[in-house]
Amino acid sequence: MSATDTSSSFDPTDASPAEELRQETMIVNMGPQHPSTHGVLRLLLELDGETVVSCRPIVGYLHTGIEKNCEYRTWQQGVTFVTRADYLSPFFNELAYCLAVERLLGTEAPPRAQVIRVMVCEMNRIASHLVWLATSGLELGAVSVMLYCFREREMLLDIFEAVTGLRMNHSYIRIGGVVMDLPPGAEDDVRGFLATMPGRIKEYEDLLSQNPIWIQRNRDVGLLSAEDALARGVTGPALRAAGVGRDVRRDEPYSGYETYEFDVITRTEADCYARFEVRLEEMKQSLRIIEQCLERLREPGPVMVEDPKVRWPAELEVGPDGIGNSERYIKHIMEESMEALIHHFKMVTEGVHVPPGEVYQVVESPRGELGFYVVSDGEHRPYRLRIRDPSFVNLQAVPVMVEGALVADVIAVIASLDPVMGGVDR
Amino acid sequence: MPVERLKGLHPGRGEDDALEEEVRRGILLTSLDKGVRWARKQSMWPVTFGLACCAIEMMATGAGHYDLARWGMELFRASPRQADLMIVAGRVSQKMAPVLRTVYDQMPEPKWVISMGVCASAGGMFTNYAVVQGVDTIVPVDIYVPGCPPKPEMLMYGILRLHEKVRTEGQFK
Amino acid sequence: MRADELADRVRIAYRDVVVARGEVTVIVDRSDLLDALAALRDEPALGLDFLSSVTATDWPGRSPRFWVAYELYSMTHAHRLRLKVGLEEDDPRIPSVTPLHPTADWHERETYDFYGIVFDGHPGLTRILLPDDWEGYPLRKTEDLGGVNTRYRGAFIPPVDKRTT
Repeated sequence: MSATDTSSSFDPTDASPAEELRQETMIVNMGPQHPSTHGVLRLLLELDGETVVSCRPIVGYLHTGIEKNCEYRTWQQGVTFVTRADYLSPFFNELAYCLAVERLLGTEAPPRAQVIRVMVCEMNRIASHLVWLATSGLELGAVSVMLYCFREREMLLDIFEAVTGLRMNHSYIRIGGVVMDLPPGAEDDVRGFLATMPGRIKEYEDLLSQNPIWIQRNRDVGLLSAEDALARGVTGPALRAAGVGRDVRRDEPYSGYETYEFDVITRTEADCYARFEVRLEEMKQSLRIIEQCLERLREPGPVMVEDPKVRWPAELEVGPDGIGNSERYIKHIMEESMEALIHHFKMVTEGVHVPPGEVYQVVESPRGELGFYVVSDGEHRPYRLRIRDPSFVNLQAVPVMVEGALVADVIAVIASLDPVMGGVDR
Repeated sequence: MPVERLKGLHPGRGEDDALEEEVRRGILLTSLDKGVRWARKQSMWPVTFGLACCAIEMMATGAGHYDLARWGMELFRASPRQADLMIVAGRVSQKMAPVLRTVYDQMPEPKWVISMGVCASAGGMFTNYAVVQGVDTIVPVDIYVPGCPPKPEMLMYGILRLHEKVRTEGQFK
Repeated sequence: MRADELADRVRIAYRDVVVARGEVTVIVDRSDLLDALAALRDEPALGLDFLSSVTATDWPGRSPRFWVAYELYSMTHAHRLRLKVGLEEDDPRIPSVTPLHPTADWHERETYDFYGIVFDGHPGLTRILLPDDWEGYPLRKTEDLGGVNTRYRGAFIPPVDKRTT
């Protein structure tokens, strides 16, 4: 057609063909098997070009039935199940469960046990934040960060292995205290860790904090205002990055946290970069708390309650496959005392008898408010155990943060929320 | 429960078949066979199938301290079409089982499966409605690595046994 | 506010208030649920504006059979309260609290998934943790634990709930 032909139907200034094309949005499925979704999270994204129109997280791909399974196991066996819910912070799960059961029983762990609990929990917080930083870096392209963070995590896991016998899923914090005292040399290991860690955190800051790529991918991305966060029940670093200074260790202290000196870190920008800063600073605060714990561990003391109806009957030691009965104890129950054998048998098979009642116990896990709703009907097994996992609730805020943003921001947002699918799906 | 090995799905063969084949085909194909098997084991690329706690230990095995790159395996491929090894790391829930099978089917031959941890091997401590009691009910498994979670050294041992298995079994039919 | 002070404040409006182990539990009827939540949130001295958790417990053979528990927390006063509603076996329906607390969305879906309690007015009550075509409500006490027999050293060991020894 010639340039002077005005009867043609095609007008290059007419926007309607492009408009027609743009009306169709594309539905893209991310996951559940995906390198960047932090586990088996599935996201249904409706895309208009690169912009996310709507996002729907679908969970349940790791549902393990822990809550139902605990109803058929004794109270002490519950620790082993519950520790695998949020598998990056196993000590927190154990601590919340044991605190809830101890409240139902009306007992309290001895002071030394409480200090050890706080110390291993804060070390677990650092370990969990290291995995968060490693996976966030990996997903956004900073691969070296992943290797550095896992290097530090190995230091922590070595300490855990020396103290509890296992690298993950420890079953160390039990009803009535901790299962055994720290081995000789553990405190020196922790001191060595405290000496090297600040320098390593500075390495991460040098690598990332002023890095223009990191800033561009995280600044003003995934904004979650305080009102939105509170309405959706978001807790933890995501809420503190929005300006709300909510920390269970400060507001509803447990295990002696009211006697430790530490700061609750908040920022006001409420974007991914603010959450990154909050978690880095939290690692430094955890180091402060661990140092205070080491001071208090100078005095020896019992690490398990004395009450024979509550305490784990055996004397334990670390073996090649975790914690087990010591040789001396086996000799005692098999050869020396019949009553000890019967008592051991009853405590191990039946276990603790918890008076009827219900309790909701919260702790501050690395991801937010971890709550355990425990109901007992007087039996030797839990009647109902509900884990209020912070990741389960935090994921509800993903659509808010992501709608209107680019697809690449979805990765950054989920990385900054740090969900652990074991806790989400249990 | 006994697991049926379906024909054509298992990449290796028994020893007697290998011997007959070698005698029939002569020296040239045997050397080629050995070369192919060596190349396959030297750079086996796993597909990211980390599910739960074992996935963290798998990442630790790939990280600096216990280095999987020594055996050419540091590159975890995101797409199953570019991978030849699937390490099922973690508990497989009923909802995830079809996804597992789909990813396995998308991998091109030859492919191997390591079931890492007791949850993947036999259901682990979760004998309940929600967990598949062993992934060998869904996919054929070559190596089982027990543990909850297995230490990185245990996973490395399992991987090395798989390399031995690949190196010593014939591929050409 | 300490638990007994909080309980005294709340007893002005609600009869069924229990204080145990340092926690306050208020029991209301299903029809009063939304009003109670709004009142507990808007009263300045109580300020219970954060919903931590919604869950249910199953007591088969008792009436009411299901007890739905709402854990409330006050961001300003840092105290907690639990609200419980009893549901009968033949009528497990309860109004959804998502208009007041949007966070209840997934909690209510999980409670429906596990117990079959229907939340009226929920924006999208579907299964969340179990596959979409799952039949049954597994956390009810009348349902089995599931699982297969495990072969161990020549014997077949049944799952925990079926063991007789």
